Amino acid sequence: MLRRRIIGAIPVVLGISFLVFLLMHIAPGDPVSLLLGEDATDAEIQRTRHEWGLDQPLLVQYWEFLSHAVRGDFGKSLKFGEPVTKLVFERLPATAELAFVSLLVAVLISIPIGVYSAIKHDSLLDHAGMGLALVGVSLPNFWLGIMLIYFLGGQLNLLPVAGRIDYGIQLEPVTRLYLVDSLIAGNFTAFWSALRHLLMPAVTLGTSLAAIVTRITRSSILEVMRQDFITTARAKGLGETAVVWRHMLRNAMITIITILGLQLGALLNGSVITETVFSFPGIGDLLIQAISLRDYRLAQGLIFFFAMMYFVVNLLVDLLYMLVDPRIKL
Amino acid sequence: MWRARYLKIWVGGAILLVLLVCGVAAPYLAPYDPQEQVLEHRLRPPTFAGQGSGPHWLGTDNLGRDILSRIIYGSRISLLVGATTVILAGLLGCLLGALAGYFGHLTDEIISKITEIFLAFPFLLLAIALMAFLGQGLVNLIIALMMSRWVQYCRVVRGEVLSLKERDFVVAARALGGRDFYVLLRHVLPNTFASVTVIATFAMAIVIIAEASLSFLGLGVPTHIPTWGSMLSEGRVYMYRAPWLTIFPGFAIFVTVFGINLLGDGLRDILDPKLRGRR
Repeated sequence: MLRRRIIGAIPVVLGISFLVFLLMHIAPGDPVSLLLGEDATDAEIQRTRHEWGLDQPLLVQYWEFLSHAVRGDFGKSLKFGEPVTKLVFERLPATAELAFVSLLVAVLISIPIGVYSAIKHDSLLDHAGMGLALVGVSLPNFWLGIMLIYFLGGQLNLLPVAGRIDYGIQLEPVTRLYLVDSLIAGNFTAFWSALRHLLMPAVTLGTSLAAIVTRITRSSILEVMRQDFITTARAKGLGETAVVWRHMLRNAMITIITILGLQLGALLNGSVITETVFSFPGIGDLLIQAISLRDYRLAQGLIFFFAMMYFVVNLLVDLLYMLVDPRIKL
Repeated sequence: MWRARYLKIWVGGAILLVLLVCGVAAPYLAPYDPQEQVLEHRLRPPTFAGQGSGPHWLGTDNLGRDILSRIIYGSRISLLVGATTVILAGLLGCLLGALAGYFGHLTDEIISKITEIFLAFPFLLLAIALMAFLGQGLVNLIIALMMSRWVQYCRVVRGEVLSLKERDFVVAARALGGRDFYVLLRHVLPNTFASVTVIATFAMAIVIIAEASLSFLGLGVPTHIPTWGSMLSEGRVYMYRAPWLTIFPGFAIFVTVFGINLLGDGLRDILDPKLRGRR
């Protein structure tokens, strides 16, 4: 089963790479002329086209792209002058750290509200919780980010509004995850600064995820609470807290974890916007920079990277799901 | 419970109706031309802020353009992009999903693989990628969003058709000599209507946010057309000096999406109870 799932992924990966490769060719006009600007001479354009291999037949170009991509080689960024892969790996920890803290924020908000709404279902609190979830899912995250910057950053001056850490704080890069690196170095000033910089972007990114997880938690708990083993747990005299947290939530967790895994796409989507709003130096921010600078190579590499990351995580969630619940066959 | 569901539909429907009226009757409702620049009126605060801005209810932007008028005109783009994308993506997704589910075998294999490839891209990211390479423009925007959104319909319709085609009424229609396409269009697809309506409603909310996000990033329609996303993006520069430039357009997006989600919730509860709890 596992082998079949992995073999089945090969044509999909090829399809993703072909779609990403085609992006360069759907651009209206010639990307080289666009990049070099109006002042470029014909000779310069021809030379760059040759360097990029754009004068080759489409399939030859695709083969070149693919054979380099499997080696992690997406060429050099035209504007930054560095290999695309190096730029991605320099920025990836920032996005990973932001995604992780957002996930944590989302879980901390959503699970208690979801559980409570389910237990008290159809009560005023349940309706308030679900109303809040509906608001959360309807809030455009870039607006939420701007409003947080305005009120918490500007008006109340509580939190920093841009970047990853205060200017002047030096950290030895080990993992490039600032929270982890500062703990390794025992530098709590740096830790506090990195955490403060993460809070607003994480809330911005985590809000819609929290809204979705709240709904899922509520409906999963509602489903579980009608099962026989809950009646048994109560009949044997367990307290309500133990019934809820040890029996209901544990059984509802399979669905919740799956949804969290599948929502990684939402986090990646959101990271592009959130990082732009907060000038947070992750790969989402890099993508928007690459697009605005017309650095097609870098944009192409980043999009491929985003898609592969999303695809691999979804595959892992599927496989984990199979391990957690052996009844599931992929 | 029933009353609550209908309440959601009524409130959500009313918000959507207001948006529709704003979009259609924008020239009659907007107090000013949304493009008219009056530089001596630049960055005027809203009337209720009480600093004598006079007739500009929601204030003016950095070029002296009336914010309320731009928000009213902005609803046109949100509505146009939202509705067109949802319809086109729905047609493409339903057609491919129905073909995959009904004919199975190789047709299903090929369509399912294409679906998987598109699903490997986070929705907004694919739209960003397409817009980055296609360039700004209303048609490009609709194409980009449609290409990123059709898969959701395709998956659901395929699943429904797979189960519907084994049902007695479909077998009977075929036994009576109905041709495949006739049976598919006349008997199978109409039965997917409830699920498709629910998906389409939520999709509209998602597409409106996506359109605003793309415009915010400068990847939407050309900048001279007022959209809520581009208003937010332009207003960001003046955030501390003139917060109304960002508060009102964002609030318009929020209320619209909230209304559509409310409508979707209500419709789902009534039309498709088995989807309850999902989005």
